[in-house]
Amino acid sequence: MDVLKIATAGSVDDGKSTLIGRILYDTKSLTTDKLEAIETRSKANGFDYLDFSLATDGLVAEREQGITIDVAHIYFSTKTKSYIIADTPGHIEYTRNMVTGASTSQASIILVDARKGVIEQTYRHFFINNLLRVKDVIVAVNKMDLVDFSQEKYEAIKADFERLIEKSDYKEQNITFIPVSALQGDNVVGKSEKTPWYKGQTLLEHLEELDAQDVYEKSEARFPVQTVIRPKKDEFHDFRGYAGKLYGGNLSVGDEVTVLPSLTTSKVKEIFFFDKKFDTAGRGSSCTITLEDDVNVSRGDMIVKSTEKPRVEKQLTATICWMDGKDLNPGTNYFIQSGSSRVLAKVKSVNGTITTDFSGEDTVKSSLSLNEIGKVQIQLSKPLAIDSYSKNKASGSFILIDSQTNNTSGVGFIE
Amino acid sequence: MEVIEQIKEQVVDAKVLKVNPLESEAIYIFREVVAQFEKPVLLFSGGKDSITLVRLAQKAFYPGKIPFPLLHIDTGHNFPETIEFRDRLVKELGVELIVRNVQDSIDQGKVIEEKGKYASRNSLQTTTLLDALEEFKFDAAIGGARRDEEKARAKERIFSVRDDFGQWDEKNQRPELFDHLNGKIDLGQNVRVFPISNWTELDVWSYIQKEEIEIPSIYFAHKRKTFIRDGMIWSAEDDVVHREDDELVEERLVRFRTVGDMSCTAAVLSAAITIDKVVAEIRESTISERGARIDDKRSEAAMEKRKQQGYF
Repeated sequence: MDVLKIATAGSVDDGKSTLIGRILYDTKSLTTDKLEAIETRSKANGFDYLDFSLATDGLVAEREQGITIDVAHIYFSTKTKSYIIADTPGHIEYTRNMVTGASTSQASIILVDARKGVIEQTYRHFFINNLLRVKDVIVAVNKMDLVDFSQEKYEAIKADFERLIEKSDYKEQNITFIPVSALQGDNVVGKSEKTPWYKGQTLLEHLEELDAQDVYEKSEARFPVQTVIRPKKDEFHDFRGYAGKLYGGNLSVGDEVTVLPSLTTSKVKEIFFFDKKFDTAGRGSSCTITLEDDVNVSRGDMIVKSTEKPRVEKQLTATICWMDGKDLNPGTNYFIQSGSSRVLAKVKSVNGTITTDFSGEDTVKSSLSLNEIGKVQIQLSKPLAIDSYSKNKASGSFILIDSQTNNTSGVGFIE
Repeated sequence: MEVIEQIKEQVVDAKVLKVNPLESEAIYIFREVVAQFEKPVLLFSGGKDSITLVRLAQKAFYPGKIPFPLLHIDTGHNFPETIEFRDRLVKELGVELIVRNVQDSIDQGKVIEEKGKYASRNSLQTTTLLDALEEFKFDAAIGGARRDEEKARAKERIFSVRDDFGQWDEKNQRPELFDHLNGKIDLGQNVRVFPISNWTELDVWSYIQKEEIEIPSIYFAHKRKTFIRDGMIWSAEDDVVHREDDELVEERLVRFRTVGDMSCTAAVLSAAITIDKVVAEIRESTISERGARIDDKRSEAAMEKRKQQGYF
């Protein structure tokens, strides 16, 4: 079955968790025991309605404070698709979680409070969806019940948001507006009678029609080698299989390939998936391939079609979203990891931070603090096969690992 | 003649490998574990999730063998069917099985057996598990936990770093971006790895159905001596659970949806005797899988507390 991953973004109290709870409830995805737990807890908290946010807020601190701290994953399915929702916190200090959730999502829901309209947080959420090139964005104008389902209010918010879209440089992004009330269920799963002026789809109707291909869109084939399989069995005596996940495009038996960064060439001999052989591996498959020639391939190498080679560089420029409490300063060493390759790298310079409101006003700063986004020059200890992020999300992104704490300190999008 | 045979074989193989995204993700994770860690181990309980993990590991490394051992933390209260199944599977695959017993931890005075009618060895497993990881210096322990099981598990990472005490620091987890899994750790730390994080219960059952994976017989409907407590069906075929005098034993047609320790796993009424019928039943079910786990009913934050202490 197809799997669609969706990230949700909104400010505190925009009703994100309530919206997700509502989707689960209306698609009958909440089981009796979970529903009973929500009822009990809602009553204990003194609510006279069901507090659906309790369906997702998992940690004790979150339930006590009524907020979401960490990315939670929620699962439900309809007849056509399986859905995974990454519920990400909206607090300003948790930008890193929002980026995390959006990095593996094909679609994103941005919540806007109908009473408050487009606020600074909305700018930030849309900016991140833009930076990460999330294919489908749904702007859910929530709490319509609190503005009497006013078309005027909705249109004004839509117009404000459209001014943001004009500033975006990712024009292929699909953006859809839907007026909803998560609390009362209007236009979430079922069509609302209170918004006769809205002719579009409900949220779920829209999700049902989205393409469920993974985030690594169609591009050129990239096969980063994860591990080399050499069975010590008689029947596979000389077997050398390269195991990895295929991104961007298909790979077929007979394709002329180049191994990077060594630039050795060969041809695809066999494609294995478990005990079966295939002619072609579809993108996204975790397969094992063998080559015609006895070439030297190891973990961290990348196999590509010889006609579609990526750049092999020892220096790169990237937009970084910083996720560590310890600042990013020029001159510091980090491990840079993209898929299966990890090399030591030095941050040469930080060329200011990028404001997330599309104003284009960048601050002159030579370091990056937690949740800041900036442009950075990086020197690598060894050459790496890379693409620009706009071309290939897998080989165009990386994480920076602190060499002392081993923490994942930031994520980068290559220019 | 020989030539014709070869051509025939190629025609049969002329096909495109289509992707099951969840399976592909799990295989990717397995390969990252083997590449990034020195001494991984697969935590094997004999339940459907860990059996699924074993199949995925086979796929990830074929035609090589599964390149790590299996570790079973035996509470001594396992269903005998599960143990028989475990031993047969290990023999077939030719992988190494390590068993460590909760009873030994009790005998060594490291943990104290719970008392009362709800006594269970489930939470005692943690100590035995941490000791086993230390004994063998395992740096990655692969488990079959899924995010859809329970709300604290919904916040779990795929590579979940634990400190020297096996503790989960839920507020300070590493962000996980794209497929870039960061397995760098310090000596003494270890990582819990969850390759089927994104699978739901139905995904697991559908996979078992499609792949025709064998599972222990207690997952299918069978007659069993049982009694009712707190609205749940408990097994009465053994003396593991302390039954009270007014709890009447009756024979019922049941099966198990989850196979944990006998003292914390309830049965469900079912007539599903084949995998197809089980899958159909799960599709229609209105109660969650963990709804039959007595250990989660202890308090609303039961799982979160256990995980902080090093439970997997």
